[in-house]
Amino acid sequence: MALLEAENVRQCFGGLVALNGVSFEVRRGQIMAIIGPNGAGKTTLFNIVCGLINPTDGVVRMDGKVITGLKPFQIAALGVSRTFQNVSLFPHMTVLENVLVGRHLHGRAGLIGCALRLPTQRREEKAMVEQASRFLEEVGLAEKAQHSAGGLSLGQRRLVELARALGTEPRLLLLDEPASGLNTKETDNLAKTLRRIRDRGITLLMVEHDMSLVMDIADEILVLDFGVKIAEGPPAQVRSDPKVIAVYLGEKENVASG
Amino acid sequence: MNTTTRIWPRLAAFAAAAIVIQLSLGAAGKVYYLTQLTMAVYYAIVVMGLSLLMGYAGQVSLGHGAFFAIGGYTSAFLTTHNMAGCRGAAWFDLLDKCGVIVSRKSLYDDTLVLTVAPWLAFIVAVLLTVVIAAVIGYPSLRLRGHYLAMATLGFGLIIHCILIGSPVLGAADGITGVPSLSVGGLAVSGKSAVRVQNYYIAWAVAIAVLVLLRNLVESRMGRALRAIHDSEAAASAMGVNTPKLKLEVLMVSAALAAMAGSLLAHYNEGIGPSESSSFKSVRYLALVAAGGMANLEGALVVSTLLVFLSLRGWFGTYDNAVFGIILIAIVALAPQGPFRQLGLRMNRCRPLYKPGKEARSGAS
Ligand SMILES: Nc1ncnc2c1ncn2[C@@H]1O[C@H](COP(=O)(O)OP(=O)(O)OP(=O)(O)O)[C@@H](O)[C@H]1O
Ligand SMILES: [Mg+2]
Repeated sequence: MALLEAENVRQCFGGLVALNGVSFEVRRGQIMAIIGPNGAGKTTLFNIVCGLINPTDGVVRMDGKVITGLKPFQIAALGVSRTFQNVSLFPHMTVLENVLVGRHLHGRAGLIGCALRLPTQRREEKAMVEQASRFLEEVGLAEKAQHSAGGLSLGQRRLVELARALGTEPRLLLLDEPASGLNTKETDNLAKTLRRIRDRGITLLMVEHDMSLVMDIADEILVLDFGVKIAEGPPAQVRSDPKVIAVYLGEKENVASG
Repeated sequence: MNTTTRIWPRLAAFAAAAIVIQLSLGAAGKVYYLTQLTMAVYYAIVVMGLSLLMGYAGQVSLGHGAFFAIGGYTSAFLTTHNMAGCRGAAWFDLLDKCGVIVSRKSLYDDTLVLTVAPWLAFIVAVLLTVVIAAVIGYPSLRLRGHYLAMATLGFGLIIHCILIGSPVLGAADGITGVPSLSVGGLAVSGKSAVRVQNYYIAWAVAIAVLVLLRNLVESRMGRALRAIHDSEAAASAMGVNTPKLKLEVLMVSAALAAMAGSLLAHYNEGIGPSESSSFKSVRYLALVAAGGMANLEGALVVSTLLVFLSLRGWFGTYDNAVFGIILIAIVALAPQGPFRQLGLRMNRCRPLYKPGKEARSGAS
């Protein structure tokens, strides 16, 4: 069974049909990329998968269990985490604290335990800080732990967001344009990090405009155009698909060169 | 990063300041100032609780005057309402056997007044307020946005009308003759003989609240509620049960308001309906802003000072207007609160545990 299945997902915003009956599967252990022009409905699809919006129609299943209608925090508890296209960190918190929020699901201290700073809460807090720092190390930002998250560069903020998402220990990680705003070197590092994450057994679903990155690391590509799936398959196949080439006419050499 | 601070030196400073103030007022022969200071410290508890809700979790309440009043009125009513007529009823005898009924001589004649014990009234006052806060908060906090502000505003107006219009609650005069609340030899009471003692009781309660709330905001739950403030969508996507946490924080905040209301009703030996007016709710909000929003120590210091001046009558007939002006000035001149503007970062949160190696490298 696929890890994630979307069946006939439809999303209307007033008269605008952002997604028009999209179905796909994400298999365990692979990196799947979603590409498509601006406004194709890629982010909307992510928002539906993680529960931020309820689709007009259609269902999404995780491990065969329907998750449409659940709240984002419930879906997160099932092992889905994400990053946001326009980086959504908690700017008034430190980098470490941001990642600690990612560890929230793995703690149990309640309001009263926290206020009284009970021994169990202290132990848990200590362990959480250790774990969160490991995730920061993984993305190479350990030395920024005590910096304010709002003051980092865009590339660094994307990495903190990645560490925060990894902190939830997801089985499925959704990345919305993780490379946008990154320079070439940062993008190369990102590719390495993402492969390493996949090799650890985390399934990745990624929206990305950087074609060379997509062609480089994706095992499977899904192409959306105006809310409709127009192609799906391994990079080599998608690259030579005439419908995809037609959509990317202006960026043809981009697709071909990847 | 920056000035991460430990709480104990700061608490010692608060305690020292409280002692110095008391001693110098004694030396200056102005001991009666302590009464208003004591009241101001109790009001500061409301403001700290609202700071947790508004400054940290980002949820605006315009009903804290009402929560305060519900706490105060519940205590005042239960400790003054004469239940002598209920003698013989099974529930009354049961309560009596449990030792939660107290009797005293009436102030006016020799008849016996039977009421609920003040300590029990205090507990009931806080619990009742928490339940009411949950009922008000539940529908509005499931949504994102400023629905809580609207709901609590409406709620405050209703409570105010009920208090003014209910003869059993003393209508416009409120409730008087509230007895003192004694626990283990200490009495929350406005009698001048225990004035100094009560000044320190108020500070002890306020500092205890400060410590508990500080612990909270620097913990797993505190981070979650600060995360809600910054981005509710991201917090929820990271697994924070946002509606539940917002509701719980509202309940904690309302409980603190009720606690202050109850203690002040005992200290002032009464309570009036003006406590529930929206002027009061807006005043608390202005004090949170003046304290620096997400700044518990700021809330404590600023509200103690300003409420004290207000109680001393410094602002004269412009009393309510002053707090409106403070609100406007903060928004216009120092949206982060006056302390940020002065370069003081009083509330810099310090991580409780620093991971081994990068502990120092980040600090500058
Ligand atoms: N909350 C919303 N309300 C109304 N319209 C929306 C909303 N969210 C998205 N849309 C519209 O739906 C369409 C798809 O948007 P979406 O953000 O999913 O596109 P995208 O594929 O992520 O594009 P991009 O590459 O620019 O990020 C767009 O036309 C957008 O304007
Ligand atoms: Mg998008």
